[in-house]
Amino acid sequence: MIEFQSVTKRYPDGTVAVDALDLAIDDGKITVLVGPSGCGKTTSLRMVNRMVEPSEGAVLIDGEDVRAQSSSGLRRGIGYVIQNAGLFPHRTVLDNVATVPVLNGANKTEARTRAAELLEVVGLDPAFAKRYPAQLSGGQQQRVGVARALAADPPVLLMDEPFSAVDPVVRDELQAELLRLQAELGKTIVFVTHDIDEAIKLGDKVAVLRVGGRLAQYDTPSALLAGPVDDFVASFVGRDRGYRALTFLPATGVPVDPVASIALGTPAATARDRLTDGWAVVVDEQNRPLGWVSDTILSTVEAEIQAGHLASGGSLHVVDAEHAGNAGSLRNALDAALSSPSGVGIAVDASGAVVGGVKADAVVAALAQARSAGEVPT
Amino acid sequence: MSWVWANIDRLFETSLTHLWLALVPVVVGTLVSLPLGWAAARSKAAKAVLVPVSSLLYTIPSIALFVIMPVVLGTKILDPFNVQAALTVYTIALLVRSIADALAAVPESVTTAATAMGYRPLGRFFAVELPLAIPVLVAGVRVASVSNMSLVAVGQLIGVGGLGFFLLDGAQTSPPNYAEIIAGILAIVLLALVVDGLLALLGRLLTPWSRVGSGAGGKA
Repeated sequence: MIEFQSVTKRYPDGTVAVDALDLAIDDGKITVLVGPSGCGKTTSLRMVNRMVEPSEGAVLIDGEDVRAQSSSGLRRGIGYVIQNAGLFPHRTVLDNVATVPVLNGANKTEARTRAAELLEVVGLDPAFAKRYPAQLSGGQQQRVGVARALAADPPVLLMDEPFSAVDPVVRDELQAELLRLQAELGKTIVFVTHDIDEAIKLGDKVAVLRVGGRLAQYDTPSALLAGPVDDFVASFVGRDRGYRALTFLPATGVPVDPVASIALGTPAATARDRLTDGWAVVVDEQNRPLGWVSDTILSTVEAEIQAGHLASGGSLHVVDAEHAGNAGSLRNALDAALSSPSGVGIAVDASGAVVGGVKADAVVAALAQARSAGEVPT
Repeated sequence: MSWVWANIDRLFETSLTHLWLALVPVVVGTLVSLPLGWAAARSKAAKAVLVPVSSLLYTIPSIALFVIMPVVLGTKILDPFNVQAALTVYTIALLVRSIADALAAVPESVTTAATAMGYRPLGRFFAVELPLAIPVLVAGVRVASVSNMSLVAVGQLIGVGGLGFFLLDGAQTSPPNYAEIIAGILAIVLLALVVDGLLALLGRLLTPWSRVGSGAGGKA
């Protein structure tokens, strides 16, 4: 366990970056430090591996003050991932990953073999091993950064805004990947971000810090959304926190109704008879959704339905639970319904095949039911 | 040409001396510049002293520096060491600034990552910062080498000049031996080109990473 014991960081000019922080970080969980800039989240993180020394108080790992050992020794036992990855431009991907084991005196060949395995663990093609960081995209570099941090198999991983410099699509991928990795590895991860959505998505627990380095609230994401302790936390977790809280409620109570589906290539005349409430999902051979057709659309189609005729679909509601992020939650179901042109959210299984449709009022009804059953945290 | 063939052995021998006089200062100067450049990159105070002083040193005319050296070092006036010491000063003057700039240009995310991985300051310097400074370092060493190659000839005025001997000797015979003078000049130019080319090649071999195309390969 990592413990902050009334830790204060005061700089010579009098600025207080962290103010009497008390925080106990659970083993094997992701703890997110989140807050606006100037809240001391990065400073707090860096006190764990002594990149910053506290002015008062102490940081303990498993009961031992981090200052009990040399800073370089301490750091070799703690993984560290930063924004923009901070890869060494002059070393190949493989040698970047092998950095800490080699520093620890590991045999170079063995360290490289292990590094190659790690590339696969973080979802990188082994063909990247011999490349230099400049030949990789931002997202790929960040994966290498994670592999490098994991190379010496440290129990603790510190991540300082690791995904904030990549585009939103890649960020989603990397976040999902981190959750997948964490489910496998069970590291103690301390994650710093300024993005409350990221905090809520990734954190088992979230510590909200306010400017001046004081802890505002330390709770599970669902408790944070349901019961912010004060106006600062309420405004920080955002206006649509009621909607986002749906992320933590499973959609198991939402009925998945049959939905009209039509194979691509079906003649328009045949399709017209199969619409439900004027709409039908068009699917491929694997029964995966491609888009919607309506009465209005079909009236313009002369022969068979082609890809160009379709109204694009909304987000998909993944009913199979083995998914990271929003999958299978009320939020996922509601968003699918709200974003669909027909008003019916498409539900798919893990393989992406259509299993039915969900409606927004059914989601709201399921929420009301969960609330009366006391399943909604307050 | 006949002068060249008649004196080919002397030309060759003198070329070696010339190289020795020019390149030992490059090696020594580089070794001295590294810690100085490192200090200048790390501390503002050190930079405020080292960079202006080294620039100032470079403005001293070579002949003056050759003449002052025996006084400063207590060497004999004709000691080749005077020339080498003076050229070492020039090399340092050239390199300190560029090494300091090259080290300061290493991205902060890279040095932070290195520290967080558990490098101690010295280890980080040799494993991360110095390799990344090599392109700039090699560029500086190439300038210093070529510059020293021509300055050695000036040393002939205090009797230690390598190929500079043929320039002065050719000029002092009556009538002037132009073949000798031209041969001396060409030999200096040739040596400078060869050394410069070899250093450029060395720089390429040491920095395969600096020539890879940037950009993504495939999907993130």
